[in-house]
Amino acid sequence: MARATISAQFRTAASKLTADLKHRGWISKSLRGYETSRRGNQAKYGDWNSAREAAGSIKYEAVNHLDRYLEEFARNFEANGGKIFWASTGEEARDYVVKLARDRGVRSVIKSKSMTAEEIHLNPALEEAGLPVVESDLGEYIVQLRGEAPYHLVFPAMHLDRHEISTLFEEKLGSAPTDDPERLTMIAREVMRDKYLTADMGITGANFAVAETGMISITENEGNARLTAALPKIHVALMGIEKIIPRLEDLALFLPMLATAGAGQPMTCYNSLYTGPRKAGEVDGPEEFHLVILDNKRTQLLADAEQRDALHCIRCGACLNVCPIFRNVGGHSYGTTYQGPIGSVITPHLRGLQNWKHLSAASSLCGACTETCPVKIDIHHHLLHNRRNAAQGKQTWYEKIGFRLFAWAARSPGLFRFGGRFAGLALKLRPRGPLDPLQAWTSTRGFPTPAPRSFNAYWRSRKGGP
Amino acid sequence: MKIALFIPCFVDLFYPQVGVSMVKIFERLGHEVEYPEGQTCCGQPAFNAGYWDEARGAAENALQVFRDAEVVVSASGSCGAMMKVFYPELFAKTPRLPEAEALAAKTFEFSDFLVNRLGVHDVGARFDHTVTFHDGCHGLRELGIKKEPRLLLAQVKGLQLKEMGEAETCCGFGGLFAVKFPQISTAMGEVKCASIAETGVEFVVSNDSSCLMQIQGILDREQRPVRSLHLAEVLAQS
Repeated sequence: MARATISAQFRTAASKLTADLKHRGWISKSLRGYETSRRGNQAKYGDWNSAREAAGSIKYEAVNHLDRYLEEFARNFEANGGKIFWASTGEEARDYVVKLARDRGVRSVIKSKSMTAEEIHLNPALEEAGLPVVESDLGEYIVQLRGEAPYHLVFPAMHLDRHEISTLFEEKLGSAPTDDPERLTMIAREVMRDKYLTADMGITGANFAVAETGMISITENEGNARLTAALPKIHVALMGIEKIIPRLEDLALFLPMLATAGAGQPMTCYNSLYTGPRKAGEVDGPEEFHLVILDNKRTQLLADAEQRDALHCIRCGACLNVCPIFRNVGGHSYGTTYQGPIGSVITPHLRGLQNWKHLSAASSLCGACTETCPVKIDIHHHLLHNRRNAAQGKQTWYEKIGFRLFAWAARSPGLFRFGGRFAGLALKLRPRGPLDPLQAWTSTRGFPTPAPRSFNAYWRSRKGGP
Repeated sequence: MKIALFIPCFVDLFYPQVGVSMVKIFERLGHEVEYPEGQTCCGQPAFNAGYWDEARGAAENALQVFRDAEVVVSASGSCGAMMKVFYPELFAKTPRLPEAEALAAKTFEFSDFLVNRLGVHDVGARFDHTVTFHDGCHGLRELGIKKEPRLLLAQVKGLQLKEMGEAETCCGFGGLFAVKFPQISTAMGEVKCASIAETGVEFVVSNDSSCLMQIQGILDREQRPVRSLHLAEVLAQS
């Protein structure tokens, strides 16, 4: 897609949703609930900020020694009987999974939540190969039925209320309308039960990969990932290279932290560690366990010393939850796999800076994201860095001229003051209404009138000058 | 102490009374105030747009103008943060880094300066009204200013502070962002103003006139009776 189209789509979608007061109200109501419970659970930590400090430094260690930890992890994972595929690109990762499914005669696939799978567009590839995929996470299942991308990287269907979900189930599953969330869950569960039993491949993500033990850790609330990983005869897990943590004991910090930052919970309901396929004498578990470890331009981000800490991200979604932009434009407007502030930082690295720089511009740089990030990523400053890198790569002629003039005036106090007086006069005399050159401001907001006397003039008169 | 004022360009043009109030307060406290007339813009618009070379041009003027100042006090948290936090990054790996660091070290936002540098909480003000305080993001998150304005307001006779739910939520101004993405910016401002209105106060006070330009602009459009005032304007009342 052309650059102009991508950025125009964002503008159009964002403008539409900001005007949708019902949507805005619904999202902020949901997130206010999250904020209250998160605050309560953060208070249970001895010192939340020290916990962030610790988590950030563990991730720093892992990311800055990724070569070593990835090898250690792979050695241990394979010693447990699992098979690793190193995918440089999304295409390689997709092809591996599709080929594996074909080679093993897989007929249907069940899948739990994985943003990495979204990133590489795995579902469409499997479906194209004639392999139906069913999402087993309730929120993911709902957006799958609607043919939508996840709205939020942790809460994929947070934009929908129970009436909308009931209507969807009525249309797609022929169920009776209901307002009862429990009943809605049961409707989805009935469909899924059957899929778990018939699927021959289960696909999951991974929240953490423990280098010293070769285990992957999956966090969830519904128990669907455990069934997805354990029932089908083949388990395929997908993760980016940055999911590594050095030690098993690091989970003691990261599991509660992910739950608190991400969902305002003390702990999620299920946290499971997966060590490998079923071993001789074990009664359950898959016969084969494959792990796809994905680069897909993450190593480029790793090479950028300034923004490397963006690889600390544990995909908790806290930065989305507190972001006033996200709260107003919603998750779908971004058009990215990863929404919100962290998505605006990393998407330019994963998918091209010039095509995705508008996301870094679409921020007031308020810093709420950085303040909340549990692994201390300098998120909003990286938006500034992206803006700088984008301007170094390609400048629009009007901005170039504008800022050159600005710099020239700002270096010449006399000229700057004259410019200020001129601007004051021009602002007073400017046409109003549809011809107002300040329409981008004045169409929705009042604009101040220049003061009769500037501070500069006040100061000079005070000194007894002209 | 000899205090050099930094009056950002838009304050000079639209809100000179903020600077006048600062002069009044500092002189009332017995300090000498100077206003180096060669000052222009801190460079933030260019910096935030990614035009760092051009921003450096503006910043070099500030390095020059404030070189001999003992302390520099900014009328805006945002412009103060530009000088205090971002100048060292802007001049990193350039020969003028030491100058940038020196200016950063002696630059203060107004309430930070009163409370933490001068140790003053009570400036002898009286203001018989109800107010709520908006934390400008740059002051709050770049400079860590939260309690300072509240300590100052608490000493103002007759003033009653009612905190709003969204005190720390961005007003949506964000410099050029406000005109590059007017719909998003306005929606953010509407959220802010609804929270202000919920408190039922007469005035919304902040340490950043740029936020107040956005907030007042939306309050006006929504025909809400709340008026905006810079912290210095409140503290100058007697």
